[in-house]
Amino acid sequence: MPGASTNGDMAALQSGVASSGLLRIATAGSVDDGKSTLIGRLLFDSKALFEDQLAQVAEASRRRHGDNGTVDLALLTDGLRAEREQGITIDVAYRYFATPRRSFIIADTPGHVRYTRNMVTGASTADLAIVLIDARNGVVQQSRRHAFISSLLRTPRLVVCVNKMDLVDHDQAVFDAIVEEFTSFASKLEISDITFIPISALNGDNVVDRGENMPWYGGPPLLYHLEHVHIASDRNLIDPRFPVQWVVRPGDAQGEQHDYRGYAGQMASGVLRAGDDVVILPSGAETRITSIDTFDGTVAEAFPPMSVTLRLADDIDISRGDLIARPHNHPTVSRELDAIVCWMSEAPLQVGGRYVLKHTTKTVRAVANELLHRIDVDTLHRDSDATALELNEIGRVRLRTSAPVTYDAYRRNRGTGGFILVDEATNETLAAGMLLDPDEPLRATPAAGAGRSENVVWEETKITREERRAALGHTGATIWMTGLPSSGKSTIAGALEQRLVESGIPAYRLDGDNLRHGLNGNLGFSAADRRENVRRTAEAAKLLADAGVIAIVSVVSPYEADRAAARATHADAELDFV
Amino acid sequence: MSYDISHLDVLESEAIHIFREVAAELERPVLLFSGGKDSIVMLRLAEKAFRPGRFPFPLMHVDTGHNFPEVIEFRDRRIAELGERLIVASVQESIDKGRVVEETGPRASRNRLQTVTLLDAIAEHRFDAAFGGARRDEERARAKERIFSFRDDFGGWDPKNQRPELWNVYNGRIRKGENVRVFPISNWTELDVWQYIARERLELPPIYFAHRREVFRRDGMLYATAPFTELIPGEEPFEESVRYRTVGDMSCTGAVASTASTLETVVAEITATRITERGETRADDRATEAAMEDRKKEGYF
Repeated sequence: MPGASTNGDMAALQSGVASSGLLRIATAGSVDDGKSTLIGRLLFDSKALFEDQLAQVAEASRRRHGDNGTVDLALLTDGLRAEREQGITIDVAYRYFATPRRSFIIADTPGHVRYTRNMVTGASTADLAIVLIDARNGVVQQSRRHAFISSLLRTPRLVVCVNKMDLVDHDQAVFDAIVEEFTSFASKLEISDITFIPISALNGDNVVDRGENMPWYGGPPLLYHLEHVHIASDRNLIDPRFPVQWVVRPGDAQGEQHDYRGYAGQMASGVLRAGDDVVILPSGAETRITSIDTFDGTVAEAFPPMSVTLRLADDIDISRGDLIARPHNHPTVSRELDAIVCWMSEAPLQVGGRYVLKHTTKTVRAVANELLHRIDVDTLHRDSDATALELNEIGRVRLRTSAPVTYDAYRRNRGTGGFILVDEATNETLAAGMLLDPDEPLRATPAAGAGRSENVVWEETKITREERRAALGHTGATIWMTGLPSSGKSTIAGALEQRLVESGIPAYRLDGDNLRHGLNGNLGFSAADRRENVRRTAEAAKLLADAGVIAIVSVVSPYEADRAAARATHADAELDFV
Repeated sequence: MSYDISHLDVLESEAIHIFREVAAELERPVLLFSGGKDSIVMLRLAEKAFRPGRFPFPLMHVDTGHNFPEVIEFRDRRIAELGERLIVASVQESIDKGRVVEETGPRASRNRLQTVTLLDAIAEHRFDAAFGGARRDEERARAKERIFSFRDDFGGWDPKNQRPELWNVYNGRIRKGENVRVFPISNWTELDVWQYIARERLELPPIYFAHRREVFRRDGMLYATAPFTELIPGEEPFEESVRYRTVGDMSCTGAVASTASTLETVVAEITATRITERGETRADDRATEAAMEDRKKEGYF
């Protein structure tokens, strides 16, 4: 064929964006915030806008605004006739651009409360959300709503762009005040990774290039941040979950392949390896993975978002909707569901209403048994007297399903924690649901630290550490190991524990993964949850060390500040920490 | 182990998931295949989703009768290699049966007639889902469309009332007579498609590479002369080295003057271009500001 080529050329072809990953961004806002200008600026300055698109927009601008030479970049993202006619964004538009470091997908969503459902749609797949604040107006209702929806959908990272800095004389005090106000509001939400950037989308300051107007800003421009923000750790790589999507069974047609039976699907979370023991849920049958297949051959392991086919050692009845997990790491299997629901239909949610519920690859029927409260997206106020959820309203609902659903809490696992409700008659998508832990308290967990009991005093123990040392022959200490998942922490920790115990020294390993099944079971992977995860682990280690045990901690603790806090906890207690 | 995969792998994995969801949830899907680069990528993704099994659906080509012969030759050969079933829905037949009336004059195109042929074929074979290789970066109405695009019993798209689409949980439920159009490569860009073709070493019809051809210039674009071509006075055919950036009906698909005859040189040209593929080579989008949106409402892809 004419396109035939050598290996070297192929490698060169792909060397551009191939190894740098994909970042999915959600933006929300109205034309007034300068959202379209910002997106236009990103596309234009990263050369993702083409000449014919610009010419089209220029022509449309002339028709709309007369011949005054302005190019209305909003016309670029507002793709529907009705949107252009009315000058509003109605539905999500997707935009694509790439830099040598990364490919980007922008889900550009409307900001008005009556399009909350479209914001939810855009946020559901986003790695990062951009909230735009007009520097002249400060934090307004709409900014709070966007932040709330991002936290609800657990978009892991938030970038607050304080726009139109040129209209407030690039004044640092204006920026600082907005940062403070937004941070204070965000502390009520479960988002912690927030980056603030002062920009002028119109002039391009701090969008792609730094510009010269805000020398007091020490951070990177927006595009640099988007190119470098670390997202790989936002995935849950701890809980192996594989919803069975499709059974590959070629039958007799393929001759020699007729014995083949594979279970195809996309990894929702965690890592599965060939040779792993697995459990099939909800049946509970156990077997082993004999191979992980793809069209390009077998692979040693599968992790999200890979689509693969698993082959298993035993011939068990497995079908679409079943979920494959590890024997010692089960999701919840239940017909009683407790969830935060965003209602997306004109016909309201009614208590007693019957719906079709689709969760991962499983479809069941569900009845809404109880509406616990409705949440005001602007004030976060919970109204327990609500009897229905109208279009765009959000509330906490208890459902009962016709068959067991195998799930994790959404905060811990986006892949197995979300579901949709569908109308049985019209087939319309009615709602997005985010599942809660079965024992989730009625009030959401307060932000880390905020719930500290103040009138509890420390009870000094009567036995001194010296007395303990004399009895045991040694003192306790904590050995802290950190590193990326699967970097070998647990292996080293396990070997060390064994050596110490064999030589008569009480040692106990605190494994991050194991702790997440109990002590830290209600924590997810946001920066706040990671901090709390490290804090609890450090406290547990301190107790062990104080009791005279060598606590060996192996935990992913990516933040220097959290490790320093763990060290400080031990220093305060005068215990060794290495 | 970093547990990081390339953006092409992410897009591939998403597309495979979409293919399998449709196969599992709908009863009579069909994969639309035109022989163009996007549908060639779609074939590879279907292989990745279902091999070693067979595709759980047939392929269908809506043949305008004005296709490039090189593409038809490629189509038949590729499908024979795959061992899958091809249905050809013919616009010529729709004309012969009186279902549609052929446009006349030098600017006549069968592009718009395809919609009727497509809808008739969907009804005849009772297809409830049709996979298409459309991408959101192609055109602004497509930028707004869902991956599972619900169509009513007239095949029409209602852009103001689309089903919300959350995570990777798709709603493919429909009533009898309705269908869904499914776009597994919605999130791919033109460059992604080319990079994937390079990575997977996919064969393309030869018209994607520079070749000498008799063309004429109209509205700033180069069109191939064909037996059905009617020239407007002043248009003079000449020979030029060209390649095609998209493959559609000969009557509305323009060529690009180029000497790029290998995959590397073609991709290099596409990386450097400042004009979109549809803007550079498709007359069908130039009619009005909302040409694509209007055609989709009628049932087009």
